Amino acid sequence: MNLRVPIRERVFDIANTLLMLILVIITLYPFLYVLFASLSNPAELIQHRGLLLAPTGFSLESYKLVFENPMISIGYMNTLIYVIGGTALNLVMTSFAAYALSRRGVKLIGPVMFGIVFTMFFSGGLIPTYLNMKNLGLLDNRWAMILPSAISTWNLLVMRTSFASIPLALEESARIDGANDFKILFRIFIPVSLPIMAVMTLFYGVSHWNAYMDALIYLRTRDLYPLQLVLQEILITNSTDAMMSTVADVDKGLIQETIKYATIIVATVPILLLYPFLQRYFVKGVMLGSIKE
Amino acid sequence: MKMQWSRNKYIYLMLLPVVAYYIVFMYLPMYGLQIAFKDFSPAKGIWGSAWVGFDHFKSFYESYYFWRLIRNTLLISLYELIFGFPAPIVLALLLNEIRVRFFKNMVQSITYLPHFISVVVVSGMMIDFLSSDGIINQLTGIFGISPVSYLIMPDWFRSIYVASGIWQGVGWGSIIYLAAISGIDPSLYEAAKSDGAGRFKQIWHITVPGIMPTIMIMLILRFGTLMAGGSMEKILLLYNSTTYETADVISTFVYRRGLLQMDYGFSAAIGLFNNILNFILLVSANKISRKINNTSLW
Repeated sequence: MNLRVPIRERVFDIANTLLMLILVIITLYPFLYVLFASLSNPAELIQHRGLLLAPTGFSLESYKLVFENPMISIGYMNTLIYVIGGTALNLVMTSFAAYALSRRGVKLIGPVMFGIVFTMFFSGGLIPTYLNMKNLGLLDNRWAMILPSAISTWNLLVMRTSFASIPLALEESARIDGANDFKILFRIFIPVSLPIMAVMTLFYGVSHWNAYMDALIYLRTRDLYPLQLVLQEILITNSTDAMMSTVADVDKGLIQETIKYATIIVATVPILLLYPFLQRYFVKGVMLGSIKE
Repeated sequence: MKMQWSRNKYIYLMLLPVVAYYIVFMYLPMYGLQIAFKDFSPAKGIWGSAWVGFDHFKSFYESYYFWRLIRNTLLISLYELIFGFPAPIVLALLLNEIRVRFFKNMVQSITYLPHFISVVVVSGMMIDFLSSDGIINQLTGIFGISPVSYLIMPDWFRSIYVASGIWQGVGWGSIIYLAAISGIDPSLYEAAKSDGAGRFKQIWHITVPGIMPTIMIMLILRFGTLMAGGSMEKILLLYNSTTYETADVISTFVYRRGLLQMDYGFSAAIGLFNNILNFILLVSANKISRKINNTSLW
């Protein structure tokens, strides 16, 4: 057997490793830049050219202004409400659906499945959906952030596949003991499927945390704005004026930049902190979803 | 029959809120789609509004922006397809060649991260980095290139859109291919090695064919979204009136015309047009794939 590793392959390995390192840097550096910039002195930052390898002149001024902005805490509060309330609803609805639709031999399940899967390929569109919400009286209402997204059909299909693969024996023995379907679902299926439940919680949770479109379309009262919509105001439409009321006019232009950086950090820190611990579950979720192919 | 109902009554009970959800939030809007054929006014309601048949579709077709919207929608999707689709596949193949487990896991974990950052934050960062005194221009300035205001130049929009999409999605997208790779029978590699095949030959003759079904399915799904024209959220955040020429797609136009200008019937018609095109594309792509490869979505 020829054990000598060809030069070609060695070169490839080195090149590959370098490429991966570059990829890692490109992925992480934007966050680092934003972090350093947010901690920098605005006057020095504006004069800085090129890459930031550390904050230029330390200053927590921007963070102070960001935290003093009432919309930030309002946004955070609302997002927490939407995440917790929304995810709870998601889990209940999706479990009900996944359980019911994974049962064999029950009439009507076929058509119901078809009706559900069909919605993955065709929908009413933006305008009819908006008008529908209007007719339901759900405009400018907290429920608008929770109800329309109550079930993700994709997640439903994944959970259903998982429930369908639970051994019949478990269900049978529970029935013999006199348990009804609700008991079976809550006492057996869900505990047995803890990994899937964890994955669903995370998927739904993150999707609520990042939700922006529904808020943009349905909400008008600023008190109801989730964090992402507040961010959009600050980052995209540049509405930093309210936050800068205590800043001298001369400095406004400068600090506007660092405020934006600080805002990004404040809004993203929870995800960045939780991510390393939760990342494993996300990957598992995608794997589970793809195995069904 | 009665026994069926009583035995399964809890199952039907569970299905009740679920079915209610789909009917109220998915199918009711589909019923409301008929305003695409009416001169709809909220005051008159659906029933009170007059029927106009295909008038909306005709005026859309005859409008000056019709071809621009179709072109932009198609081109953005096409660019995403050409550059964004292969990227995760290539990454998966390269990651698979890393022998040091720790390094491989570290790279994976890090590259998944951008996927979880919201589109608002990513767009916010992009807008900042690409501004005329942002970091990108600072860096190109070192090489003597004068500052470019990237985000107000129509020619740059698609590249920015696709590149940021790749940055955000390549890591996460590679997961499904890595899963497929792990499903390939290891004995195939053994056999190839004993036949003297080097790593490159192994990749080309075993790994790639091994994940072909997955690639095909993902490709079909992509085709089905060709007329969706990318992610409306991100385009809305990144575009502005000076870049409409290349950035305005059907969905963003529907948003402006329908929600901001409240031209409900007309924009509903355009949305319907878009949805039907999507549907046809998805079904066709699936048919083709079934013929060629025997892989299909259903």
